[in-house]
Amino acid sequence: MAAMTPTPAPTAPHTGAAPAGSATQAPASRRRRPRPRVWRGAVLLLAGAYFLVPLIASFVFTVHVPGQGVSFEAYTQLLSADGFTESMLLSLGLAAATIALSLLLAVPALVAVRLGSPRLRPVVEVMCMLPLVVPPIALVTGITTVLRWGPEHLSRTPFYQTFLAVQNEQFPVVLVLAYTVLALPFVYRSLDAGLRAIDVPTLVEAARSCGAGWPYVVLRVLLPNLRSSLAGAAFLTLALVLGEFTIASLLGFRPFAVWIVTISGAHARMSVAVSILSLLITWLLLLVLSRAGTNPATVSSAPSTSATSRKES
Amino acid sequence: MSPSTPASHPEGTAGGSTSRRRRRGPRTWLAALPLLVFTGLCFGVPLGAIAFGAVTRTDAPSGATRLTGEHLARSLQGPYLGSLIGSVQLSALTALIGGVLGILIAQAVVTSRSQALRSATLTASGVLANFGGVPLAFAFIATVGISGVVTQLADLTSLGWSLYSFTGLTVVYLYFLIPLMVLVIAPALDGLRPQWREAAQNNGATAWQFWRHVGLPVLAPSLLGGFVLLFGTAFAAHATAAALVGGSVPLVTLKIADALSGNVLTGQENVALALGLDMILIAGLVMAVYLPLQRRSARWLR
Repeated sequence: MAAMTPTPAPTAPHTGAAPAGSATQAPASRRRRPRPRVWRGAVLLLAGAYFLVPLIASFVFTVHVPGQGVSFEAYTQLLSADGFTESMLLSLGLAAATIALSLLLAVPALVAVRLGSPRLRPVVEVMCMLPLVVPPIALVTGITTVLRWGPEHLSRTPFYQTFLAVQNEQFPVVLVLAYTVLALPFVYRSLDAGLRAIDVPTLVEAARSCGAGWPYVVLRVLLPNLRSSLAGAAFLTLALVLGEFTIASLLGFRPFAVWIVTISGAHARMSVAVSILSLLITWLLLLVLSRAGTNPATVSSAPSTSATSRKES
Repeated sequence: MSPSTPASHPEGTAGGSTSRRRRRGPRTWLAALPLLVFTGLCFGVPLGAIAFGAVTRTDAPSGATRLTGEHLARSLQGPYLGSLIGSVQLSALTALIGGVLGILIAQAVVTSRSQALRSATLTASGVLANFGGVPLAFAFIATVGISGVVTQLADLTSLGWSLYSFTGLTVVYLYFLIPLMVLVIAPALDGLRPQWREAAQNNGATAWQFWRHVGLPVLAPSLLGGFVLLFGTAFAAHATAAALVGGSVPLVTLKIADALSGNVLTGQENVALALGLDMILIAGLVMAVYLPLQRRSARWLR
């Protein structure tokens, strides 16, 4: 395969002209109607089984207690479970802060790049895409090192208070910062796609010559046009933060994903129940996301953006 | 921030449009500044700390810091090297299997011409590709773990099955890698226009020749890119493995987590940093392959 890459495709259609009899795989079977159906059916059936069995089995696991029959206790006890509400609220709060921060940083930068600083564009793009290269676990090694500088070197400076403040148990700002870094690639892609669909300079010029001030231009002209890609960015970030485990657990905080692992020992059924619920939540989010865009371009791009939305796995 | 941009500029941006042209440059530059400062601080500083810590050693009594290759060397020895190799093996294997199975599923969906099946599969893939991490691990524990539903039903334990092993992890990883491949490769398969096939057939080409000279060359960047993306995803995965196997399978992410949470000898934090640096280098290599490939395939498939 690699050997073929250098020969670019443009010449290929012309060279592929010689009669021969051999045939392989799918394309060959396409000529006759019955065979592809069998082949396709088998593939889809097997795939369906592989992807459905764990879901069904997990559900059975949560509702069926061997020897006692069916009970929905794992779900009903959830709300009163120790730490569930706190961890869920913490995760939602972190998600809200992360969404706000990443949009506040990315929207002005991307609009600016479109409007007047095209030379900045590669810089912004690289800055936003680089976090993809760094696995979260590697990022967290760096963050712990930096946080250790606080007590070691800065205990007499005003910076020390900042270090303490960002590690507040109640609301760890350091997680918001780390999550914003992780979310930037997805926010960037989503916003970039949205901005590509509208003609920013023309819109801005038009609004400006009608006498609109800059705040008005941004809030009433640009943002409404970007609604679906803003929603997309927000949903992807929400999904990322709700499922994030690595950074939070290694820094010693306890949002939702960490909480599930902590209770799994004592409440196996409940942890599986919560896992199913979180899948359903993600599913809903992504459905909303694919509906949010009204123009076909955003709809078709939504699944592919979400493809790589969560590095956490 | 820099001397060339006086502080008066932000004031000027809100108001007049008389001297717009002259102000445009610095003004837009300023709007991008928060993002650049943020990434520099919250991403660049930790990265710098990794690179710095990986190649230096600070002596406790004197506080003197000197350059050393010791941590990097140790991260490439013994159990650490084993964990790197284990991670690379697992990622390569799962990326290969996931890639092939993903292509099969995508091809089945793309050729079916059923719009409902197609959108259902793509939506499901979008969801399942995101179903990584802790919840996935628990779903599999409930299914094929020690007391899992399928384990009990099919008596898998007597067949020598163990979820908490290399094979078990492979099966779990495939759960989010296959949908990822479907998402990546489906647009590429779509991009193979029927006209190309017709043109080839009209010229008397066989199906094999079509794939050999048209299909594969056009798909190659996407295929390779998909494989590399899967590799990178599997390589960086930590939560699933952490919730599933703990420490029984040597993976570099688990080793780093161990070293960070102090489960090993003290003074090993720098080895964790060196391992982090190793990971970034490997992941960087992967992305350096992936991004140009993606651009290349984008030229053909639009």
